[in-house]
Amino acid sequence: MSARSRHRLELGILLTPATLFLIAFFVVPLGIMVVMSFLMPGLYGGAEWEFYPHNFGRILGFADPMFEEFDPVYLAIFWRSVRIAALTVLCTFLVCYPAAFQVARLPDRWKNFCLFLIALPFFTSLIVRLFVWVLLLRQTGLINEVLLDLHLIDRPLDMIYTDGAIIVGMVYIYVPFMFLPIYASVEKLDWALVRASQDLGAGPIRTFLRVIFPLTLPGVIGGAIIVFIPALGNFVVPEVLGGAKVLMLGNLIEQQFLSARNWPFGSALAMLVMAAMLVALLIYVLTEGRRGSDPALSL
Amino acid sequence: MSDQIVTLENATRSFPVFEGKRIYALRGIDLEVRRNEFLTLLGPSGCGKTTLLQAVSGFIDLEQGRILIEGKDITDVPPHRRPVNTVFQNYALFPHMSVGENTGYALEIAGTPVAERRKRVAEALEMVGLKDMENRRPRQLSGGQQQRVALARAIIARPKLLLLDEPLSALDKNLREAMRIELKTLQSELGISFVFVTHDQEEALTMSDRVAVLNAGQIQQIGTPRAVYDAPATTFVATFVGASNLFEGRREGERVVTPDGIAIRSRSPAANDAAVTALIRPEQFSLTAANDEPSLEIEVDQVVFVGSAFELLGRTAGGRKLTALIPASARGQVGAIEASRRATLYYDPASVHLIAPTEAAQ
Repeated sequence: MSARSRHRLELGILLTPATLFLIAFFVVPLGIMVVMSFLMPGLYGGAEWEFYPHNFGRILGFADPMFEEFDPVYLAIFWRSVRIAALTVLCTFLVCYPAAFQVARLPDRWKNFCLFLIALPFFTSLIVRLFVWVLLLRQTGLINEVLLDLHLIDRPLDMIYTDGAIIVGMVYIYVPFMFLPIYASVEKLDWALVRASQDLGAGPIRTFLRVIFPLTLPGVIGGAIIVFIPALGNFVVPEVLGGAKVLMLGNLIEQQFLSARNWPFGSALAMLVMAAMLVALLIYVLTEGRRGSDPALSL
Repeated sequence: MSDQIVTLENATRSFPVFEGKRIYALRGIDLEVRRNEFLTLLGPSGCGKTTLLQAVSGFIDLEQGRILIEGKDITDVPPHRRPVNTVFQNYALFPHMSVGENTGYALEIAGTPVAERRKRVAEALEMVGLKDMENRRPRQLSGGQQQRVALARAIIARPKLLLLDEPLSALDKNLREAMRIELKTLQSELGISFVFVTHDQEEALTMSDRVAVLNAGQIQQIGTPRAVYDAPATTFVATFVGASNLFEGRREGERVVTPDGIAIRSRSPAANDAAVTALIRPEQFSLTAANDEPSLEIEVDQVVFVGSAFELLGRTAGGRKLTALIPASARGQVGAIEASRRATLYYDPASVHLIAPTEAAQ
């Protein structure tokens, strides 16, 4: 057996568990979802074994006239989810970008401590952390009480169960996901390039726009992708901070599976979300490949 | 029009080390860079030469003193407003820009129209021998080519002064030697003053109009390469620039007598009984006497063949180490020395340079 084929065999053995795991728990369920999304919903839940493209039709405009009508509410929810996810990305970026520069400038000991602090929220339950925001934001919550006591307001502000509350919760959850990739690219930034830019006549703003930002952009894009994707599908935050209303795609899908028991329609919704994100990623990878700079996805 | 491009007056800068102690990188430096000259700052690492360069480019503030460019005080002017450009040690090319964009960066910032910018980028690249390379990326170039892009980028805006921070240290030996000559040629073609920082004395001697030797934040000597080599002002300069045999002693008539009893004859003026150090370069020794020249007897420990010459490493009767460089043409005599392990080294008293003692710099 040549060294090369032995090497290949070793690699195969090492990768087998991961491959089997992914096939069993990722590829197969995904396949089931794809099939499910083209089946006719059963009358009492489940699915009839019959090809039925109108699950997608209900969302995109060619509903089955026998049972349902095209309802633009799904596209509206889709659009609203994209908007909230995009605002989450923007806000986490605004929080993390300057912070990454501050942390990168600290001595090594403090750097590691800051990174530890950023990872700290992962040690506590997401639901518990979100309910803290309920306590803060609700009508009789801490913020309203304090503002009332200070006589800055006459009656409690409506903060909870708004889009704003959802965005606050999302930003709170996703800040670490944005921070780490940005920090990685800021840490790598060669400050000699910044000095070179100044030396060649560029002031601080020009240097930022022409050198610092382009060189840290891969981290920003990486962070944006890994915040945007889960934010689009998140259903816990809208559930807790957005009230009982159907607000985002995540809730809608969750509802189709758990309350409405319309699995084919839920699968179709999930497929569309995935397709939209794949297209976005594809566009990014293709344009990035043409520009020939470091791919941001190599995090 | 004055003859000085840059004037430094009493430039002083220190850095904190530990427990409140400070190390002086620049202590009261006065320096003038003349129009159209190639000035080299030479010194060991930590002597302050890079700090001095950064003070001129504006990346380091002075604690005392001021910097003038063509008579204008620029001590408090930020780096991007100084008419000075730098070639950085590791080139610092922008990895996200093409060679053309890198080269034209200063013009882009200055708002030069695209057509003129393109023309000048092509000119600058041609000047450094990188014609038609505009569309390459820096990482597609070799080290030597990156070096040239850094050079083109720094000269394109026609600065009054070009600073070069050990630009050749990352290149291999052959390329480094070729670049020395190119740099010197480029400097005289452009008519821009170059201030070149290096710790390599050979670089300093081959390229410069003048060399400033720095140690411990002070300028030890400034002068032409020949003056610095032939008549070093301090023993530090004598040992740092070139190889040297030093004899510390007292002047007695025409001789310098060392404590271990060696007498070196010298025609250089020095007060009688003054403490002086006599300098004889290894190549000033010869194995034959033309006239009635003084000589030193040594025991030869080692004969090293270096191609164009033989290096004799030996000791005097008192155990003092000496080095002599004998041209390879004296092959026969060297053979005899290798057999006998003894040599008589003759020297010309007229060429023995005397160094007056200085207070040791701390």
